[in-house]
Amino acid sequence: MQDILRELERRRTAARLGGGEKRIAAQHAKGKLTARERLELLFDEGSFEEWDMFVEHDSHDFGMARQRVPGDGVVIGHGLVNGRRVFAFSQDFTVFGGSLSAAHARKICKVMDQAMKVGAPVVGLNDSGGARIQEGVASLAGYAEVFQRNVLASGVIPQVSLVMGPCAGGAVYSPAMTDFIFMVKDSSYMFVTGPDVVKTVTHEEVTQEELGGALTHSGRSGVADLAFEDDVDALLRVREFLGYLPASNREAPPMRPTRDPDDRPEPALDRLVPANPNRPYDIHELISRVVDEGEFFELQPDFARNIVTGFARFGGAPAGIVANQPAVLAGCLDIDSSRKAARFVRFCDCFHLPVVTFVDVPGFLPGTAQEYGGIIRHGAKLLFAYAEATVPKVTLITRKAYGGAYDVMSSKHLRGDVNYAWPSAEIAVMGPEGAVEIIFRADRDDPEKMAARTEEYRTKFANPFVAGRLGFIDDVVLPRNTRRRLCGALAMLRGKRLENPWKKHDNIPL
Amino acid sequence: MSFERILIANRGEIACRIARTARRLGLSIAAICSEADEGAPHVRMADAAVCVGPPPSAESYLDVEAVVEAARTTGADAVHPGFGFLSENAEFAEALAAAGIAFIGPPPAAIRAMGDKIESRRYAFDAGVDTVPGVDRALAGVDEAVAAAREVGYPVMLKASAGGGGKGMRIAAGEDEVREGFRSATNEALASFGDGRIFVERYVERPRHIEIQVLADRHGAVLHLGERECSVQRRHQKVLEEAPSPFVDAGMRERMGAQAVALARAVGYESAGTVEFIVGPDRRFYFLEMNTRLQVEHPVTEAVTGLDLVEWMIRIAAGEPLSFTQDEVRMDGWAMEARVYAEDPERDFLPATGRLLRYRPPPAAGVGGAADGADGADQPVPGGDSAGAGASAASGAPDGPGPGAGVRVDDGVEEGGEVAVWYDPMIAKLVTAGRDRDEALDRLELALDRYTVRGVTTNLAFLAALARHPGFRAGDLSTAFIDEHFPDGFAASRVIPPEPAHLVVVAAWMRREIDRLNAAVGSPSGAWPALDGADREYVVLVGGRSAAENDGGERAHPVSLPGGAEGVVEMGMEREGEQEGDGERARYRVETAWRPGLDCFEGTVNGTPLAVQVERARHGFRLTHAGHSARYQVLSLRAAALRALMPVKRPPDLSRFLLSPMPGLLVRIAVGPGDRVKAGQEVAVVEAMKMENLLRAEQDGTVAAVLAEPGASLAVDQPIVEFEAP
Repeated sequence: MQDILRELERRRTAARLGGGEKRIAAQHAKGKLTARERLELLFDEGSFEEWDMFVEHDSHDFGMARQRVPGDGVVIGHGLVNGRRVFAFSQDFTVFGGSLSAAHARKICKVMDQAMKVGAPVVGLNDSGGARIQEGVASLAGYAEVFQRNVLASGVIPQVSLVMGPCAGGAVYSPAMTDFIFMVKDSSYMFVTGPDVVKTVTHEEVTQEELGGALTHSGRSGVADLAFEDDVDALLRVREFLGYLPASNREAPPMRPTRDPDDRPEPALDRLVPANPNRPYDIHELISRVVDEGEFFELQPDFARNIVTGFARFGGAPAGIVANQPAVLAGCLDIDSSRKAARFVRFCDCFHLPVVTFVDVPGFLPGTAQEYGGIIRHGAKLLFAYAEATVPKVTLITRKAYGGAYDVMSSKHLRGDVNYAWPSAEIAVMGPEGAVEIIFRADRDDPEKMAARTEEYRTKFANPFVAGRLGFIDDVVLPRNTRRRLCGALAMLRGKRLENPWKKHDNIPL
Repeated sequence: MSFERILIANRGEIACRIARTARRLGLSIAAICSEADEGAPHVRMADAAVCVGPPPSAESYLDVEAVVEAARTTGADAVHPGFGFLSENAEFAEALAAAGIAFIGPPPAAIRAMGDKIESRRYAFDAGVDTVPGVDRALAGVDEAVAAAREVGYPVMLKASAGGGGKGMRIAAGEDEVREGFRSATNEALASFGDGRIFVERYVERPRHIEIQVLADRHGAVLHLGERECSVQRRHQKVLEEAPSPFVDAGMRERMGAQAVALARAVGYESAGTVEFIVGPDRRFYFLEMNTRLQVEHPVTEAVTGLDLVEWMIRIAAGEPLSFTQDEVRMDGWAMEARVYAEDPERDFLPATGRLLRYRPPPAAGVGGAADGADGADQPVPGGDSAGAGASAASGAPDGPGPGAGVRVDDGVEEGGEVAVWYDPMIAKLVTAGRDRDEALDRLELALDRYTVRGVTTNLAFLAALARHPGFRAGDLSTAFIDEHFPDGFAASRVIPPEPAHLVVVAAWMRREIDRLNAAVGSPSGAWPALDGADREYVVLVGGRSAAENDGGERAHPVSLPGGAEGVVEMGMEREGEQEGDGERARYRVETAWRPGLDCFEGTVNGTPLAVQVERARHGFRLTHAGHSARYQVLSLRAAALRALMPVKRPPDLSRFLLSPMPGLLVRIAVGPGDRVKAGQEVAVVEAMKMENLLRAEQDGTVAAVLAEPGASLAVDQPIVEFEAP
């Protein structure tokens, strides 16, 4: 018995060393933490239980028989994040460069299967050179096993990917199918084909960082949801992030106690919307003034900045926020912003997170680039996402709600539960100038007449009352009382039940 | 009162301050505004308002015709000009008189007489006022300047006759410097005022600036209300003011007051005015100039005399006699004023603009004469009970208990408002009073720490650092105070707070509150559970690791918060690089009502009250207190240890970019992509504060990209042009 215990301790010590002191030092020299250090930071102190520490690969080719490291390049297990159960796998770059073998893949599948049964999120910490080439198709099969589980788990448990090193080739498709991808600046990259292949095929010269670094994906491609400063920053922020998500689609979103009064007035909001309808303002200010403690966890802040998405709490209860951003491209909808918001709304709908929508949208962005790029289909995604969502939907129109974009942005007609408007709201088919150009085409050359017509149109439609008369706006709220009204609406909607007709699944215009 | 409606020909805090007194006197109020100020607080306080023109002051607030017309259309029977703008414009006073509207200020002749430096010196000399030895005439040329300087005695000061604001002034210690200084002062005076006349006087070294408030009615009574000391100045702009002066005794006050009164009589003065003196270390004082208007710093006089100067200006203009005598004027207690500016003390005090995302002045129960809602005794007397609340005042007795005791805030801005580029960047005056100088200063220090402004950079931290300076506490002042004590400029990160440990303790305490909320995530809704009482240990990292944070590196403090002892924070001694403490720990007790989301931490540490400005920052906070500002990261022990392995990331290299040095409007771009530029060549023009600022290339290079278009509004440090890497 004593011998066994001693042997266990010896094996554990060996396993914990991963690829050995030298490789650990090399990992640190790159500014990266080891797989186990990362898990220490992700989980509450001492709460992580590791599984499959002694798993080894079963490959014999190319000298692999002599190279076995317990754990085989990935650490799996579960623990607590602020007291709540979370499963995780953490690839160990110090062991075979974190490459994925059949055994490595089986370990990942094991945590995913268990997380599905238990109903708890999975966080994947990716740091892998790719497939274990020595294993050939067995490694590829391993990837596919993981992909399949990503898909089945989608919408059942939250899946979060934290890319903390290389993630290239087929390996990118596991994070790609999870709900969120976070990256670490300067030390992570993701691409399907690397710079060498790119150069051979297209003669483009590009660095890894430019091709698939954290800034590229968080700002340009929109693949990543956030770029963190370093490993420590990333892990601490993911802990915070998980606090907004329910453990699974079987649970309600988690409440957090708050001492921030629900009825906190914000008189400065009365002055947020500029008198001139063509002047921008920053929608972040509205968000941070109305949410609990002013805390807003923004996602994709540098991608499609004309729409803002992220999580916050109202009266302790988490909600997703979607907001047109008048400070960028006047807040119009385009391909990228439609895709960004659509995916976000669908995530919220999967996990019972109410969607609060702030509307100030002049319409869709015109132009050949948009039409050729398929704005019809991409815009439809957002419309589809809002229309199918059955979670509580609370909408506030702060200023412009023009044309089709009005319909799209969680309007009453798409089963918006509570639709509010500020007194500055203008709900119309288009702005007064454009409308008058069309209605009074005959008077086009008479600027005086046109000015009078424009004024007439403005008085008639540049207000929330027409929509109010039709019941499309439930109430006009004073900006200063916005927090109280939103908290009240969300509290009222907590018991909302709504089901879509049975179907195998819908056919969102992908 | 014979007036019914007065028009306030000003904006911002002074317009609001005048309106409060007018309101208390039962007067109707008319306001003027530019297009940029429609809906501003001073407009909303008025019963009627007229927009007098576009945003630039020259086209609105300075437009005599438009303002007189506004007075006429609003039916005002008197106009209070405030300070700045048209307050010392004799033509304006005359135009009002022609329209049959009273000007709440001195007669035009007195404005003119005192508006010219040479003429005012002559008046002073004739009235028996001590003047700096000097030559009372414009110097005809360099040689005459040299001769005059020799006659006056070195060191001398060359001054523009039309000068002000430090322009056209040169100090010379010898003949060569006079020659050089005369030429440059003349040029500067010509450029600034269109008047190149220069005169010379003895330069008083390390002088103090002390001024006498006078009040004269139309019936021959001229009184003085004692002195104010305004020695702490930045480039001839007053920063901190107080009354009385720690340097002036009763005899000196009487002599200075008598001379000020004599001068006021000599020019036939009416209304409130100020006679400024410079005072040498030998307590000899010399006439500097007379300001024929209300001064910015008038509230400190109000606080110690109990008089409302604006009220008296109105009464005097209405023909009422002063209801008290010189013997009845008393100075009780002490008052301090700090001028809160939207400007960046760490960037050479460049004016700052923007939206006031947070604006929460400190609690203010009011001090001194500017009363709000008081009963408005018909004829207030010095030391009387007309004292009341200031601008943002809560109700309460001026010297009663409560957080705002002895505090008055005169402001004209509000949260969500805009600090525009067109006007003076002063957003408020913070005035405190106490039984003595120490009490007034204690209150000033606390009120400055409590003052919450976000979204617009202010000089609040600089003011706090000045107020806490031992030299200021000792009253050892001179106009060189700032240059002497802040020779390298101001950097809040280099200021050491009075109790550094208290800020570490506060940071840990706040972090624990946030962690407790997070630990309770997943609680059932409805009644919140009691927050957990777990022991918590942290490392507080003060400062930053990158050189850009400019604060001498990061310091680590291990801290623990025992769960069983509410409010107790234990802190180990500071350690360089090590993580483990050696058992030596100090205990602190924290009491506060702070909760996550509040911008200002108020409470006590070991019974010492303190207020700390809190901004959320990565893994912690940025704390600002007593002029000190730094990042306080609060990490678990493990996170702190692992963080040591993280690379220090250098901020991006901005040397290849031309950055906007200030917020403003991009007027012109003189280059395009591919252009080669030489060092010193004009690249762009940015307009801010009505000034066109030429931005030049710092070195030879090639333009890679132009990143902003003419007409764009620029933020500070926004890149305008990118140059190719050399």
